[in-house]
Amino acid sequence: MARVLGTSIKRREDPALITGRGKYTDDLKAEGMAHAAIVRSPYAHARIRGIDTSAAEALPGVLAVLTARDVAAAGIPGVVPVGWLLPDLKTPAHPMIAADTVRHVGDAVAVVVAEDRYIARDAADRVAVDYEPLDAVADVVAALEDGAPAVHEEAPGNVAFDWEIGEREPVDAAFASAAHTVELDLRNNRLIPHAIEPRAVLASYDSSTGEMTIHMTSQNPHVHRLLMTLASLGMPEHKVRIVAPEVGGGFGSKIHHYADEAIVGLCSMKLDRPVKWTATRTETNLTDAHGRDHSTRCALALDADGRITGLRVDTAAAMGAYLSTFAPAVPTYLYGTLMSGQYDIPAIHCHVTGVFTHTTPVDAYRGAGRPEATYVVERLMHLAGDATGLGPVEVRRRNFVSPDAFPYQTQVALAYDSGNYGPAMDRALEMIGYDDLRGEQASRRDNGAKQIGIGFSSYIEACGLAPSAVVGSLGAQAGQWESADVRVHPTASVTVYTGSSSHGQGHETTFSQIVADRLGIEPEAVEVIHGDTDLVQFGMGTYGSRSAAVGGSAIAKSVDKIIEKGKKIAAHLLEASAEDLEYEDGSFRVAGSPDRALGLGDVALQAYLAHNYPDDLEPGLSATSFYDPANFTYPFGTHVCVVEVDTETGTIELLRYAAVDDVGNVINPMIVDGQLHGGLAQGIGQALWENAVYDESGQLVSGSLMDYAVPKIHNLIPFELDRTTTPCPHNPLGVKGVGEAGAIASPAAVVNAVVDALSPFGIDHIDMPLTPEKVWRAVNS
Amino acid sequence: MYPAQFDYRRAGSVTEALSLLQENEDAKLMAGGHSLIPMMKLRLAQPPVVIDIGRLDELKGISEAGGSVRVGSLTTHADIAASDVLAAHCPVLAEAAGHIGDAQVRNRGTIGGNIAHADPGSDIPPVLVLLGASVHLQSPSGTRSVAAGDFFQDLLMTDVGEDEILTHVEAPALGAGTGAAYLKFEHPASGYAVVGAAASVTVQNGRCTGAGLVVGGVSATPTAVDVSSLVGTDLSDDAIAAAASGLDAEDPIGDIFASGDYRVHVGKVYGKRALAAARDRA
Repeated sequence: MARVLGTSIKRREDPALITGRGKYTDDLKAEGMAHAAIVRSPYAHARIRGIDTSAAEALPGVLAVLTARDVAAAGIPGVVPVGWLLPDLKTPAHPMIAADTVRHVGDAVAVVVAEDRYIARDAADRVAVDYEPLDAVADVVAALEDGAPAVHEEAPGNVAFDWEIGEREPVDAAFASAAHTVELDLRNNRLIPHAIEPRAVLASYDSSTGEMTIHMTSQNPHVHRLLMTLASLGMPEHKVRIVAPEVGGGFGSKIHHYADEAIVGLCSMKLDRPVKWTATRTETNLTDAHGRDHSTRCALALDADGRITGLRVDTAAAMGAYLSTFAPAVPTYLYGTLMSGQYDIPAIHCHVTGVFTHTTPVDAYRGAGRPEATYVVERLMHLAGDATGLGPVEVRRRNFVSPDAFPYQTQVALAYDSGNYGPAMDRALEMIGYDDLRGEQASRRDNGAKQIGIGFSSYIEACGLAPSAVVGSLGAQAGQWESADVRVHPTASVTVYTGSSSHGQGHETTFSQIVADRLGIEPEAVEVIHGDTDLVQFGMGTYGSRSAAVGGSAIAKSVDKIIEKGKKIAAHLLEASAEDLEYEDGSFRVAGSPDRALGLGDVALQAYLAHNYPDDLEPGLSATSFYDPANFTYPFGTHVCVVEVDTETGTIELLRYAAVDDVGNVINPMIVDGQLHGGLAQGIGQALWENAVYDESGQLVSGSLMDYAVPKIHNLIPFELDRTTTPCPHNPLGVKGVGEAGAIASPAAVVNAVVDALSPFGIDHIDMPLTPEKVWRAVNS
Repeated sequence: MYPAQFDYRRAGSVTEALSLLQENEDAKLMAGGHSLIPMMKLRLAQPPVVIDIGRLDELKGISEAGGSVRVGSLTTHADIAASDVLAAHCPVLAEAAGHIGDAQVRNRGTIGGNIAHADPGSDIPPVLVLLGASVHLQSPSGTRSVAAGDFFQDLLMTDVGEDEILTHVEAPALGAGTGAAYLKFEHPASGYAVVGAAASVTVQNGRCTGAGLVVGGVSATPTAVDVSSLVGTDLSDDAIAAAASGLDAEDPIGDIFASGDYRVHVGKVYGKRALAAARDRA
C-alpha cells in the first residue's frame, strides 16, 4: 500500500469541528448544574478591608458566595503552585482566592454560584468589596527601581530570581578586542494569548464516592490533575478525573494551572453539585497568563572579518503578580540557552532578572522564550550586517555553525544534534528573488514616500524539552517524557492512548498516520484517544512543539514492541524462528519464503484466542511505552519578509513572506504548513499589532479586542513556504517539531524588514509593535 | 459577557415603536443591535427595556427622486454597499458602507443604528456631512429633519430626542462633473476608522467649481475642512495638499494606538489622498 507518512491526508477532526458538532467544555451540561461567576479585583494593588456578600446572597437563585475564608475553612491547601524552581527563586504564596491583598486587576476575591449564569453575574456585581487602593507598578523596568511599590514582601526589590548562563569574562574580553560592536536596548512586548475558546471548567463532585470529574480546557490533563489535587484542593489524585474535551486553542495558556479552575472545583465540593464556569473574553484577557514582556540590553562583538566573538545579554523579564506554572523556566532555560542561534559564538553571557509586577502573570506563550531569544540574536545580526558592511545575508552565512560541526556544543548549555543552515538560507533567497528586490529597493530610495525593506530571521528552535533527568536538574517539577499505549484489537484495528493531549494540532490524524505507516494498515483503522486521565495512562501533554517528537516517538516505540511480539506469535504459527520473520505491509513473513506469511489480523486474533500459542508468551497484543528523549530537537530555518513602508503615515504593508523551515521528517505536510501559518500570524501580529498595555495604575488598557489587535485574515498575505529536511538523529521518527517555528522566527524578520526600509532615515530600531504612529515618529525625529 | 436583565418588546410599526418609547422610561431602540448589544454585554448600557424595531420594513430601502437619494434607517450596510441606486447617484455612500466592520456586521448593522450611536470612528457620519445630507426624525408630535452637520453633537451624542425615531436620511445626488471618495485608515483591533476622510470635488472645463472635505475620527464629531481655496484651481497635487493641510481639530481624540497629534497628521494625509481620488473620479 502507499505510504501514509508524509502525505497530506485531511484532518479527521475537521468535519465535526467545522459543522459545529465539536463538544467543548462550555457545551457540556450536567444534571443539577449550577454556574459560577468570579468576583475580581478592579485594582492592581489594594488591601481588602472587608467583603460584604449579603446583597449577593439575597438575590433569588444564588446558591453560595465563597471568599478566602471559605477556602481556609475547607481545610485545603488552597494555593496555586509554581512548577519550575530556580536557585534562590522567591515563591510567595499565590492563594486561590485573595485573602487580604490583591496584586493585579483580575485577582479573584470571591465566587458566586447561582442557578444560571445571568444570576451569577448579577450577584457578582452585588458583592461589595471594601478596598484600600495601594500604589502599584506594572512596568518591568519601573518595578526594579528604588522605592518601587513592592508586589510581595518576600521579594525585596520585586526580584523573583537572578539567573545567568555562560561566562562573563570571555565576553568582556571579546568586546575589549572587537573590531565591530553593535548594541541595542529593546522591549519584547507583552502579549495576550487569545485562544478562541475561553478557559472553561465543569466540576462535578459526588459526595457519595468522594470523586470529582473535572471537564476543562487543558493542554495537559494529568499535569492539571496533579497540581489541582496536590496544591489546591488537597484531594487524593485517584479520586479526580480530568477530561479535556475539544479544546479550542491554547498557545500555552491552557498548560498552566489557574486559580479559577480550582475555585470551581471547591464550589462543586461545597455544594455537592456540578458547577460550570466559562471565562468571558474580558476575564480571558485579565487572567490567561500573558506572554513575553522583556526589557533587554544586548550587544554583539565581531572581529574584522565579521565573525562573532562575543554576545552579551541582560534582560529584565516580567513575571507578573504571581509565579505561574512554568513561568521561571521561560525567560531562563528556554531563553538564555537559545542565544547562540544558528551561529558559532565562542563567548556568550546572558543575565536575566525575573521581576514581579502588579500585572497578570506571565508564562509560556507560543514559542515561550525562544521568540524572545531569536529576536535578540536576529536584531543584532541585522545591525551587525550594517556595522561590518557585509549585509544581512553574508554576516549570517559567515557565522553559521558549519554542517560538519554537529553535534555542536554551544556556550549556553544546549548541544545541537544536527543542522545544515546554509541551504535554507539559499532557498529563501531564491524564492524571494533577492537580487531583483535589492534593485527595486535601490530604485525607490530617492523617489517617493513608499520605501521597501527586506528582513531576515535565521532561527533555531529547541523543541521537546528533554531528557527528564537533565530538565529535573534545572528545576522542573515534572518529567518530560511522553506515554503511549497502543492496543491492537482482535480484528486488527488499533486504538492508541496518548498522553499528548490535542487542542487543535491534529494529533488524531498525525498519530494515526504514524501507526498506519509502521503497521502497514489504513489510517482509518486507527483510533486515537487523548485528554482523559481515566482513559489514558499518565502523560505530560502538549506544549513546546513536543507532540510529534516525544508523543509520536512513544507511539512508534509501542508499535515496534507490538511487531516484535507479533513476530513471536507468527513464528509459532508458521513454525519458523522469530529471528527469521520480517514485518512488512501488514504481514509477518518468513524471510526468503514469501508464501509463508500471516496478516496482522491473523496474528492479532491468535493473540487474543491464545489457542495455538507460544508457551512463554502472554496473550494479548498491546504495548505501553514511556519515551524519554535523549535531547531536545533543533528545528531551524530562514525567513525573509518584504515590506513597504509609507513614510508619510508610517503604515506598513506586507509584500512578501518566504519561510524555509527544517522541521525534520514531515508526517503530514498540510498540518505542518497550517502550524506555520498560525505561528506566522501570531509572530507577525506581535511585530505589527499586538500589545498588552498597562497604564501607570496597573489597569490593562488593551483589555478588549477593540484595543488589542489580533491579526485578521485580511491583515495577512499568502505565505510562501518551503522546507529542507535534516532528520532528527535521535528519535525513531526523525521528526523535530513545528508548532512554534512561525512565532519564533517572524517578529525579527518583520522588524528587520521595516528597519531596512527606513535605513535612509538613520533608523536602526523601533520597538514592537511597529504601529504606524511609532514608525511615523521615528521617521520624523 | 452577560447583560443585565432587561425586557424585550418588538414593535410592529413605527407608530407602535413611538408609543412603546413613551411608555417605557430609559428604553433603548434596537435596529441591527451591533452597537447596543456589545454595550449591554459589557454592562456599559443597562436599559430596562429594549424595543426591537429591526423588522419594520417601512424603514428599509433605497430610492432616488428629484435629484436626491433616500435611505431608510433600517437599511443594512450590506444593502447600501451593493445598491445600484447609490452606485449611480451617490457612490461615495456605498463606498463608505463597504468599509464598515466585516460581512457579518454589514449584513446586520443599519445606517440608522450606526449614526444614532454616533461613534467617532464610524465611517458613515463624515460622508453624510460631506454630502450635506439631512437626517429625518419622527415623534408622536410629527416629523422633522436636521442637517447632518448639526445632527452629530458630541461623542456618542446626537440630536435624536428621547421620543423620536430616526426614519431615513436624504442626500443630494452627485451631479455631473462631481467626484467623491472615502478613504479609511482602519484601526487594527476594532476595525473602526482611526481616520476616515470623505472628499468631493466638482470640475467644469478643467477648473474646480466646488470642493468639500470632512474627516472623521480626529474629533468627537466629523470635522469639516475649509477647502474653498481649491475653487478656481486645476486641482494640482500641491493645491490639494495645501487645502487638506487646513484640517484643524480642537482637542483631538487619542488612544493607545494613535495620539491626537498623529490623527490630525493622518487626517491631513488622508484628506489629501481623498481629494486626489475624488478629482480623479470627477
